[in-house]
Amino acid sequence: MSKSIHDMGWDELVLGAAVHSFKEEIDYNPSQVLPENRDYAETNSKYKYVGDWRVFKPVWNTDLCIHCQFCWLYCPDTSILSREKKMIGFDYDHCKGCGICQEVCPTNPKSIIMFTEQTEEEEALNQWPEKKGSK
Amino acid sequence: MNSKIMELNKVEVWDGNMAATQAMRQADIDVVAAYPITPSTPVVENYATFHANGYIDGEFVMVESEHAAMSGCVGAAAAGGRVATATSSQGLALMVEVLYQASGMRLPMVLNIVNRALASPLNVNGDHSDLYLTRDSGWISLCTFSPQEVYDMNLCAFKIGEHMDVRLPVIVNQDGFLSSHTAQNIYPLQDKEACDFVGEYKPLNAMLDFSRPVTHGVQTEEDWHFEHKAKQHDALMNSTKVIAEVFAEFEKLSGRKYNFVESYKMEDAEIAIVVLGTTYESAQLAVDKMREEGIKAGVVAIRVFRPFPLKEVSDMLQNVKAVACMDRSAPGGSVGALYNEISGALFNSPARPLLSNIIYGLGGRDMTIGVLCDIYRDLDAEAKAGKLNGSIQRFVGVRGPELKYYKV
Ligand code: SF4
Ligand code: SF4
Repeated sequence: MSKSIHDMGWDELVLGAAVHSFKEEIDYNPSQVLPENRDYAETNSKYKYVGDWRVFKPVWNTDLCIHCQFCWLYCPDTSILSREKKMIGFDYDHCKGCGICQEVCPTNPKSIIMFTEQTEEEEALNQWPEKKGSK
Repeated sequence: MNSKIMELNKVEVWDGNMAATQAMRQADIDVVAAYPITPSTPVVENYATFHANGYIDGEFVMVESEHAAMSGCVGAAAAGGRVATATSSQGLALMVEVLYQASGMRLPMVLNIVNRALASPLNVNGDHSDLYLTRDSGWISLCTFSPQEVYDMNLCAFKIGEHMDVRLPVIVNQDGFLSSHTAQNIYPLQDKEACDFVGEYKPLNAMLDFSRPVTHGVQTEEDWHFEHKAKQHDALMNSTKVIAEVFAEFEKLSGRKYNFVESYKMEDAEIAIVVLGTTYESAQLAVDKMREEGIKAGVVAIRVFRPFPLKEVSDMLQNVKAVACMDRSAPGGSVGALYNEISGALFNSPARPLLSNIIYGLGGRDMTIGVLCDIYRDLDAEAKAGKLNGSIQRFVGVRGPELKYYKV
């Protein structure tokens, strides 16, 4: 698919609105290749911004995180970014703000906390709660 | 082809349900997901029996509802398999949501609808209310008038829907009980002949093709929905070419000729009725009786209900003086569907026959040759008078005071 879908009329679309994940046929197992090395098609949801569905956003506290990967495992939108078994941040283009990552985070206090979408990261980190049960 | 072959006699005695199942068996289907409902139950039962006895290599999936049956079919078709099922009436009503998915996702499959009235009141007998429920669903819709035709159209249906220029699901309609439970002589093809005719299934954008991962059933809003529906309609409209080719190929193989619009004694007819389903066969006998009385009657039946053969049906009615469009479905506050289609077909043509709408046979109420003769006599009187007898629409065969609507 060399032509952009935005330049296509009805006659040029893939029938049935079937959406191919990659530009070409692949001869590798995608689960063995990092996303940044996959040749995604233009119509792949990777390029579809849906971050504006979110009301609350997750904020990550790097000082507290133990890189247990629970959040990565449980996120229903694969929006926890992780490399070499270390959490590196969120994919805010696709995160829906469901709060599951906060819920499953085992540290005390939590290493992920949900804040309203407009809260600045620094402001959020300044408001981080104390360890429960301390003092 | 299935590994176990069934030797068939030159002539078999099958009812419409068995005719459908035998064609399905021969078509070497990968997945049948089905839920039984009267009067199409035997299609599913027969298929399960063939499967249990080793005559079917594909999968037979028993599901918990018709919605699940059609969903299973959609999944299996998207995965890249040949798929079919059967249903009737309320079962079809439950399937409707998924019918639109199947056609919109451009997944070829065959659905046998054994036509039955829609409740309420609950009724298991034949009328065309379920057929009409599928009108705008984007499926190709073929009509049959006898068990032989059920068999023939099933084989054609796979070949039409799966053609690379079509890729659409196909419905094969037959009248509940009048066709589905009426055993008649059938001239089947042998397994190999039938299987070769239907041909090897060619998957397209199959989910099981791991070299080309694909998502089916996506969301498109105002940005792309219109284009996809346009493309779908275009495929449905242009499927006429493939339908004609498949009918021609089938004729070569079987000697049986099918047309988009079937007709009897229309060459010199002065009055005509337009029907669907088994009424076509009864009407032919009524036409012969009328001809003995000196009335030049004819009958027209729609074979390919979708895509609608607007031009063909209009051409056929150019020389008649009066036409009754016979709808076997409660019209729900308007003229019947056939009346709408036929008047639409004629409006841009020179012909201006008197056009009336008869509602008949609801819930399996018999349409006899005698009543058909009465309808022809009334049409003849209208043609001679040069005007309709008081109204466009009337109910025929209902007890109680006369029911007429849209006075003229
Ligand atoms: S809020 Fe929900 S979607 Fe967003 S990263 Fe956390 S788990 Fe994933
Ligand atoms: S669940 Fe909490 S501790 Fe574990 S990786 Fe995610 S943020 Fe870090």
